[in-house]
Amino acid sequence: MRKDLRILVVEADRAKAENIIDALQDAGWSELHAISHVSGLEHSIEEHAPDIVLIDMANPDRDTLEHIGAVSNTRSRAVAMFVDQTDPHLTQAALAAGVSAYVVDGLQMNRIKSVIETAIARFQMMRKMQSELDAAKQALEDRKTIDRAKGILMRRRSIPEDEAYKLLRKAAMDQGRKVIDVAQALVTASDLLA
Amino acid sequence: MNRTVLNCGYVPLVDSAPLIIAHELGFAAEEGLELNLIRQPSWSALRDMLGLGHLDAAQMLSPLPVAMTMGLGGLSAQIDTLMGLSANGTVFGVSKQLSHTLSPIEFGNPKSLLAQLEARGPRPLRVGVPFPFSMHRLLLSYWTASAPNLVVESVTVPPPRMAEAVAEGHVDAFWVGEPWGSDIVSRGVGDIAMAGSHVWGFAPEKVLAARHDWTENNPETAQKLMRAVYQASRWLDLEQNKPLAVEILGRSEHLNLAHEVIEPAVTGMLTLSAGAAPTHVSQFLMFHDHAASFPWRSQAAWIAKQLGADAAGIALAMTCCRTDLYRKYLGPIGADLPGASEKVEGAMNEMTAVASLRGQMILAPDAFFDGNTFDFSADTAE
Repeated sequence: MRKDLRILVVEADRAKAENIIDALQDAGWSELHAISHVSGLEHSIEEHAPDIVLIDMANPDRDTLEHIGAVSNTRSRAVAMFVDQTDPHLTQAALAAGVSAYVVDGLQMNRIKSVIETAIARFQMMRKMQSELDAAKQALEDRKTIDRAKGILMRRRSIPEDEAYKLLRKAAMDQGRKVIDVAQALVTASDLLA
Repeated sequence: MNRTVLNCGYVPLVDSAPLIIAHELGFAAEEGLELNLIRQPSWSALRDMLGLGHLDAAQMLSPLPVAMTMGLGGLSAQIDTLMGLSANGTVFGVSKQLSHTLSPIEFGNPKSLLAQLEARGPRPLRVGVPFPFSMHRLLLSYWTASAPNLVVESVTVPPPRMAEAVAEGHVDAFWVGEPWGSDIVSRGVGDIAMAGSHVWGFAPEKVLAARHDWTENNPETAQKLMRAVYQASRWLDLEQNKPLAVEILGRSEHLNLAHEVIEPAVTGMLTLSAGAAPTHVSQFLMFHDHAASFPWRSQAAWIAKQLGADAAGIALAMTCCRTDLYRKYLGPIGADLPGASEKVEGAMNEMTAVASLRGQMILAPDAFFDGNTFDFSADTAE
């Protein structure tokens, strides 16, 4: 397959945009551009005349892109990828991964398929990384709360740390709750009474 | 009792209130429904999610089901307009930069405003609108069509970014729903010149939409949803509930907006220019009164006509409006039902009592600014 499609990536986050560009480059496409701000979109479409525009589903600027396609009578006639429902599986996968693609000048679906697939894979990876990052942050927050709760128990009851933790765990088991929830309640109560 | 969970899409605007109130005040729960309100970043995302089955129902711009059914723009699908969620509620205004070059604008006078804009020279007027298939854009093109020397470029700007677009001179004017018009005014970058209702007195703004096959396959759920939303809309339009409505909407996680920006839409007290005293705009945003929730087929016909449809397209658009379901599902719970499902759009200059099931239906003025009327029953009667 020829790898001469012109692809424009619309992504405010530079790191994310580079990530997608890298993935597409690795997959063999070379005519790649990224823009971060949608106010330049109309101009970019004229300048680069992309065959495909890739944009995150969650990006509110999708509406703007769609409008440019609807009113433009030049070569830049963007058509939402989802117009082509000959491949519902691909459409569903794109939707689930949060990628929207706009085919600019009516390419054959089989030509854009691998572009979209590469983008989907990359979007999924980024989404996974994001949720792992969120989970890690949450775990850190939880750890801090539990440490505070342990500290409160240690001071109030004059007990060592491992006992304080056992006490928390027992309370959680007795009440059928999570340790973090019991810790949170203790910290909140302690703050109120302080 | 097990509740049916319904994935329901919305865009965070004041006029998504019927869905939020149905959820927050338990109107949905009373029907055995759990509304899983899923916030959408854009109208195109919402449209795709509904069309591809990831949402069961959604708040939509009134032209969107018509456009989708006619196969215009993006994903097409056969979409039903189950009922209206709101009428009116949009404003048109100009940037401070532009207003300085015009003589003082008389609020709510579309004709003189148009004359002023036309007189400012041949440079195109760039107007920000939320979406190509929105009542905002249709009213803009209908209004400006009577000024042949005025070149209008409509630019799609996500409403939360409209103030920025006005401030940066990216657009000269804006047509937007609340709270974003008030947002522009409060930032001192633009002034409100008229409400959408000054161009069309009673324009359908947002609707409750679902895929046609979903409506057909889930009649009971559709009925429950419509009843819950109907009750919420009725509650919203009762004068004594307005302060509480502002309170609930303000603290709901769904809107994430401050009370003071929700208030103008709910009360109709709009500040037109930074520092000015608020002006009352009658029937600024209607949820229920004057049959605001009835999905008039003639309104869909008007929309289709503005979108360039021929007679067949207009007839198709009219089938989107499920007046049959509205009658069947909401009649038994006390909704007043008009004698006909179409009306002559634009024919009423004042409150008008019309024939209805309970005999209590009073329709509000729905005149167009140019005095034209649209009678679609003649076009489609066969």
